[in-house]
Order: sequence, then C-alpha cells, then structure tokens
Amino acid sequence: MNRREFLKAAALASVTYALPFQGWAAEGQANSNKKLLVIMLRGAVDGLNVVAPVGEGQYYSLRPNIALPKPGQAGGALNLDGHFALNPALSPLMDMWNNKRLSFIHSAGSPDPSRSHFDAQDYMESGEPGIKTVSTGWLNRLLAQLPENHSPVRAINFGPTMPRIFAGNGNVANVALTKNNPLPTDRREIANYFGQLYSKDPVLAPIFAEGIAAREEINKDLAEGDQADQMEQMAANKGARPPQADFGKQLAKLLVKEPKTQVAFIAFGGWDTHVNQGADKGQLANKLTPLGIGLADFYQRLGADGDNVTTIVMSEFGRTAKENGNKGTDHGHGNVMWVLGGNIAGGKVFGRWNGLSGNALYEGRDVPVTTDFRSVISAVLTGHLNINDNALANVFPHFSPDRSLENILNA
Amino acid sequence: MTKLKLSIIPTSLISLSLALLPAIAQDSDSASGDDSQIMHVLNRITFGPRPGDFERVRKMGVQKFINQQLDPSSIPESPEVADYISGHPTLSMSTGELFQNYGRPVVQAALQAQAGGNNDISKKEIQKVVAQNYKKIVGDVSGEHIARALFTPKQLEEVMTDFWFNHFNVSKDKGFDHIWVGNFEDRAIRPYALGNFRDLLGATSHHPAMLFYLDNWQNSMPGQDQAERPMARLLGAGKKRGKQGINENFARELMELHTLGVDGGYTQDDVISLAHVLTGLSLPPLRQPIGANDVDGSGSFGYRFYPQRHDFGTKVLLGQRIGGGGNGEEEINHALDLLAAEPATAHHISYQLVQYFIADDPPKGAVDACSATFQKTRGDIKSVLRTLFARPEFWDDKYSQTKFKSPQRFVVSSLRASDIIPTNFNPFLGYLNQAGQPLYGCLTPDGYKTTKDAWLNPDGLIKRINIATALGVGKMPGAIGLKADPEVVMSAIGKELNSNTVAVVAKGPAQMKAALLLGSPEFMKY
Repeated sequence: MNRREFLKAAALASVTYALPFQGWAAEGQANSNKKLLVIMLRGAVDGLNVVAPVGEGQYYSLRPNIALPKPGQAGGALNLDGHFALNPALSPLMDMWNNKRLSFIHSAGSPDPSRSHFDAQDYMESGEPGIKTVSTGWLNRLLAQLPENHSPVRAINFGPTMPRIFAGNGNVANVALTKNNPLPTDRREIANYFGQLYSKDPVLAPIFAEGIAAREEINKDLAEGDQADQMEQMAANKGARPPQADFGKQLAKLLVKEPKTQVAFIAFGGWDTHVNQGADKGQLANKLTPLGIGLADFYQRLGADGDNVTTIVMSEFGRTAKENGNKGTDHGHGNVMWVLGGNIAGGKVFGRWNGLSGNALYEGRDVPVTTDFRSVISAVLTGHLNINDNALANVFPHFSPDRSLENILNA
Repeated sequence: MTKLKLSIIPTSLISLSLALLPAIAQDSDSASGDDSQIMHVLNRITFGPRPGDFERVRKMGVQKFINQQLDPSSIPESPEVADYISGHPTLSMSTGELFQNYGRPVVQAALQAQAGGNNDISKKEIQKVVAQNYKKIVGDVSGEHIARALFTPKQLEEVMTDFWFNHFNVSKDKGFDHIWVGNFEDRAIRPYALGNFRDLLGATSHHPAMLFYLDNWQNSMPGQDQAERPMARLLGAGKKRGKQGINENFARELMELHTLGVDGGYTQDDVISLAHVLTGLSLPPLRQPIGANDVDGSGSFGYRFYPQRHDFGTKVLLGQRIGGGGNGEEEINHALDLLAAEPATAHHISYQLVQYFIADDPPKGAVDACSATFQKTRGDIKSVLRTLFARPEFWDDKYSQTKFKSPQRFVVSSLRASDIIPTNFNPFLGYLNQAGQPLYGCLTPDGYKTTKDAWLNPDGLIKRINIATALGVGKMPGAIGLKADPEVVMSAIGKELNSNTVAVVAKGPAQMKAALLLGSPEFMKY
C-alpha cells in the first residue's frame, strides 16, 4: 500500500466511523418512543412481604415473626386496597401508586415447578419454562420484533455480565451501572487507529463503528452531572448488585438522552432470605429500600418521558407462605410482579388470588401461580410496545397469553 | 533474532515477515505446504500460534504436525502445566475427596442449621464457606484450564477437550457442581477427547458433575426408595414434594444433545423409556462420610448405582428391548451402546465437528465423510478427525479466516501470540464473564456456541479490542507491565495479516503496535 492508498483508507475509515452519528441528534423524538425496562430480582424475593395480604388471618398465623404489621400500627404496611398492603420499605413508591402509575400482579410466576434458582431464572429469561435447550433470551427475541432503528444503544444491559435474557443475535450495549470506567478506545486517537484497521474489513467495519458509536453515546450521557456513587459489594447471584438507590439516576440519564433505546435490563441480587429476613425492618427491607428509592427517583427524573417507559419487576419464584424455623422463608412458587409506568392501569393489585388457606396453596405450602409471567409481559408488549400477535408468538413461542391480563394497561 | 523497529518494516507482507523471520527464508524450499496452510492449521487445531510455531510446523511439515497432534501420548507435557498441577492438590483429588473436603462440611453445617441444632451457624456463614470453597476450587481448575490452553504442546487434545466439554456441558453455577467441573474435564473428558466416543459417553454419563447437573441423581422409579429428600431441598434442586420419581431431564439431553441430535428420530416415548433405564444412577449418599468405595470404588467417577431405585421392568428404546435381566447397570450400558451406534449420532457429532473445524455452515460433503468414518470405526474420534483434516473443504481458502473467535479463544490466542504469562488469571476470567463466556459457566446444557453469530456484536468487539490494547501497552490487570512486544506478536501471527493492517501498524506509534496487532480484524478470526 502506498501513501495515497493509505490516506484513502484512512479517509474511508473515518467516514465509516462517523456514519452512525449522522442524523442522530436531529431525530430527538424522545416522546414518541416507547421503552421497556425489565428489572430482575435474582434470588427469589419474598412477594408475600412485598405486597402482603394483611387482610387475612392466615398471613399472620403462617408468619408469626416476620409478617408485616397491619396498616396503622407501628412499622405497619402501607394500605393498597384494603386487603393487600405494601412493605413500608417501599414507601417512596406510594406516590406512583396513588397517581395510578404502579400496579401489582399477585400469584404470578413461572408454570414450571422447579425450585432451583438456576433453572427458574433460566426459564424466566429464556421465556420458555421447562425447555432447557432454548439458547436465546426473550428480550433479545423481542428486539427482532421492534422497529429497527439502527441505534447502537437500542438495547442496554446495565451490569457487568451479559445476562441470559439478552442472549441472541440482536446487538446489546453493556453499561456498567457503577462508575463508568473509561476504555482506551474512548480516546479518539486510539479509536482512529483501530478505525483504520477495520475500515477494510467489510463484515467487521460496521460492527466496529457501531460499537464505538455506542460507547460515545453512553459516555456523553453519563459524563453529564456527577459520577454516580459507587454501588457496593457484589452480591452472590451472577454479579447482580444489591440495589443501591443511585441506579435510578444513572438509568434516567441514559434513557432520557437516548431516544432510540427500546429495551433495557438490570438485575439485583441478594433476595434469598432463608434466615432472619425481618419484616418492616431487617434484611428484606434493607434490600427493598434502595430499590424503591431508585425506582421512584427514576420516574421522577424521567418526568413526562416516564409515560413512555414501562417497567416490569420480576423474580424467579416466590417463597414459602409459612416462615421457617430460622425466621426466614424457603423456596416457593408464585410471586408478585410489579408494573410501573405511564399507561399502566395503576393503583390495583391484579391476579387471581386464592388466599393462604392450606388447600389454596400450591403443594400445601406456596402461593400458586395463577398468572403466567408471560401473560403479564405479553400485555405490556402488546399494549405498550404495540407489537402484534405474530410478533408476540416469536417472543414467546409455545404460549398463548391470558388476554384478561390486558387490563393491566389503560386501553 | 535481529531486533528491528517495526516502523522501518517494508509494507509488503511477505518482505515484512521475511525481515522479521529470517528462519523462514532459509527454509523456503520445504515442501510442507504454503504459509497460509500452516497458519490455517495452527489456527484451527491449536488455540492459535505462539512465536516459533510457524517455523516449527514449516520445518516439520504440516501433515507430520497433524499426525503428531493426533497422537498426544507421543508429546511430552509442558513443565508449566506439570508444575501448575503439582502445585494445586485439589486438581488431583477424586470427586469423593473433593466432596469430602469442600462439600460435606457445608452440607453438615447446613443440616445442623436446618435442624435448629446449632443456632450459631447462620445462612451467611454457610454462604461464606461455600464462597471460599468456590473460589478455591474454581480458581484452581480455571488456572489449570488456562495453563493447558497456553502451554501444552498437546494442543489438539486441548482443543478437543474444549469441544467435548461444550458438547457435554455442565455448569459451575448449579449447586455443588463447582466442586466437580474441573474433575469432570480432567477425568471424564480429556482422557477420551481423542479416544472412542462410546468411552467418552460412558465417562460423562457416570460422572457426578453430570448426574447432578442434569438431575439424574434424583431420577428414581416411582414408589421406590427415593433420593435423600433433605439433600434435594438443600441443594436447591428439589422437585415437587411427594412427587419425586422419574426425572426425564438427563434422558432427554442424552439423546437431544449428547448423541442423536434434536432431529435424531427419537420420540417422547423414547425419552421416557431412557429415563426409566437411567433410574438409580446417582451420587453417593452425601450426608454420610464418603466411603472408600465412593472415592474410587464403584467407578472412578464416584457415581453410585442404587438397585432399589431402579426400574427393572422391560423398556423399549429406539425399538429395542432393554432390561428384564436384573442387572440395572448393564441396562444403562446397553442403552448407551445403542445410542452411540445410531447413525444419527454419527451425523450429529460429525456436523458439530465440521462446524467447529471448518465452517459455521458445515459443508455437507465433509459432514457425510466424517459420519461414514464414525460409523465404520464405531466412533473412533481420531479416525473421524483424520478424515476431517484430509477433506478438501478443510483446506479450502474460502473457509480460512472465516471463523470468529469466541471470547475464550480470543484471550488464549492473545496470550499465546504475545507470549505473555499473566501473574494473575482473575482479570482475564473477569473479562470472560463480561463477554458472556464465563469459564465453566455456560448455564444451558448445549454448551457455548462456536459460531460467529453467537459472538460477533459491537459491544463484544470493542471489549476485546480494549483487552488487546491493554495487553499491548502493558496495562492489562493480571499482566501489568508485561507489555506485548510487537516483534514477538509479529513473529507469531505476521503471516495472517493483510496489507492494510501491516501498513496501519507500520505507521502507528511504537507503543500502539502490539495493541493494533492483537486488536486487528484478522486476529479476531481464525
């Protein structure tokens, strides 16, 4: 290669490299873009102490040490609908509940009976409970059903490890939710050298350019304002971190500034409360507090944009209705799912609730699953992201959603 | 070798390599195939060329190199691997010893806590012990894995170990399996990686890591003596209370993934039959002290067969009757014989091998040829590979440099090409977590993919370019200060670089040259 060829190559490189930015800022149609945020609580959160059936005597007899006090009592749960009440550690979310931007679906979960964290998380992320060989995650399959907007940040995973739910062919950007460590390629001159290397590779050149563009976008968004405080200590489960409240700030920063982001995922670990889980205070409450603050903060920062962002909070299974001998709970079955956002039919606890009497419980011990988690997700996908039935069948093959769940969204 | 500054290197690829590698010029009359063939073989049957490999293969001849690699017992182990293994005693423990030392104390503590007999033991403390054991065992075996990939001259054996591990995948993240994944690789996979498929199938099917991972340890004839229920709960693998009995999981994967393949012509009835055949194949009783028999007795893998949990009735598998003879273990071996001998199995394995060694979309001619050899030799893996490496498709230019490296292969090939020996592997393992390919951490039984569409994405590409940069400038944690020398890297991989890369590297600043080489598009492929 002579000097002229080299210059041509270099010029080509910088063109390729700049392409993804063209028209980027101009299309700031933030308000027209619907987004989905999925939050996974790894380790099985105790749904009965998140949204507690305080109207039932059985709740108190099954849980003499760990039941949430009735609303109005010291440390009492926060009344939702007279029958259910919210863990007071989630008090920051009560505004959203009152403003009808938050609902719950109780007795929801995976139809698969596994009480293995490993299998149950796998199924919830593949979206195909009971089938072990599905290699893709449902969020990635969803990407293929959404309008292709050629954004390098169409899908964002917050966290150190690409999760199962995002496995598949669609491109996903990975963002550390802690300090956003600079990478060598964030420096323009280093990126340019590699840009020259990749310019001549027809397959890799656009992928390289897209990767650099994603980093630039993310860096730009996160550089504004203060660096988020470090979130501490890795939790045991797959590198998910205990939810420190600052995640709301980081999430909002990115999602407000990224009109083209369509789906985002974050996981928090540390919910496996076998021992001394506490009630209004204690282990579980300590985990719920920053989650509630962070979510409330997230929607507050989003402001009007928040109407475009629907959040689903889910966990692989629920926990035993009865407390165990260690003032904790063991692996169970049905759980509560949360949905937040603009067009949620808010302020309601949905789902078929059968009560906690012995014969209503699954295998005599757990809240049953009366709503398949995919029905909840399907309702959000069709009602919020406007995907049609064919597209839905590609996200959740082998599944027909319960259409009655569609009332969790406003018509 | 003469020290040359890269900036004065001519931009022609050939002359660049000659300038750096005078040895090649002297040997240029060797009749051992052209340069690109040598690089192709080094890329495909090893984890990537190290400095000096090219010349060695050129001198020796490509075919001789392949023959040698197919006969690992003829190749002495590297001192680095031998030293690493002797320095880490857990690597020499049997599954029973591993459980005795690293599993049973946890079980005991947890059982005590569960019984309320000892209030001092909290869940947190148990988790702490588990975490310590996990770190120790997984750390030891991860180091072994990387050391072998980097240093062993028995590269094809290691490459095939990688292939088979993913074929018979187990995950360190399921319950106690972190204790056994390394033993599984060392005892059930590597010794058979170039042996006979039926032996390999027998070894993996009886190893505790597999029996636990795919739940067969709980697979029991309904109504018969059950696997220990408290253990089932404790290990988080508990099935429905009171309904423990047949568990089809292993039977299904044994046919779908390990042998016949998903379109291999079996039915749900076959799955159920095979599950019944497999009843009673389980683990030693984990609550009791491990007996000598469980350490290396009832099989060197530490499985235990429980006749009282076995269904001795007659089963029909793939149209053949199994059972009725009163020997449960014999029935299992009979079933494995049947599965290994099925033409569908030969095809399934051959398809995967051709995909692994030739192209993501495997050329049919090569698959059929390998499949024929597989059937003719009754699953002799060496013979199948011999067929594969002799196929015109293996040598076809149109397939060379078309495979895209997985994150693991990228890390290993980078360290090999730059001849860097990390002082600490953890940052590299951390990168693999981030890149979605944690070592021994594939959750699903189908193992990691080896195809481009599984690994090529913008985020992943930028991440590995940054690893390359960190290695190139000596700032990679775990190898701080061990700056890759561009001449060393060139001597290993120079032959596969195109003129654009050579030109960009030549004009790049000195401190960036190694980074650019390791981060080049050519080096992402193999």
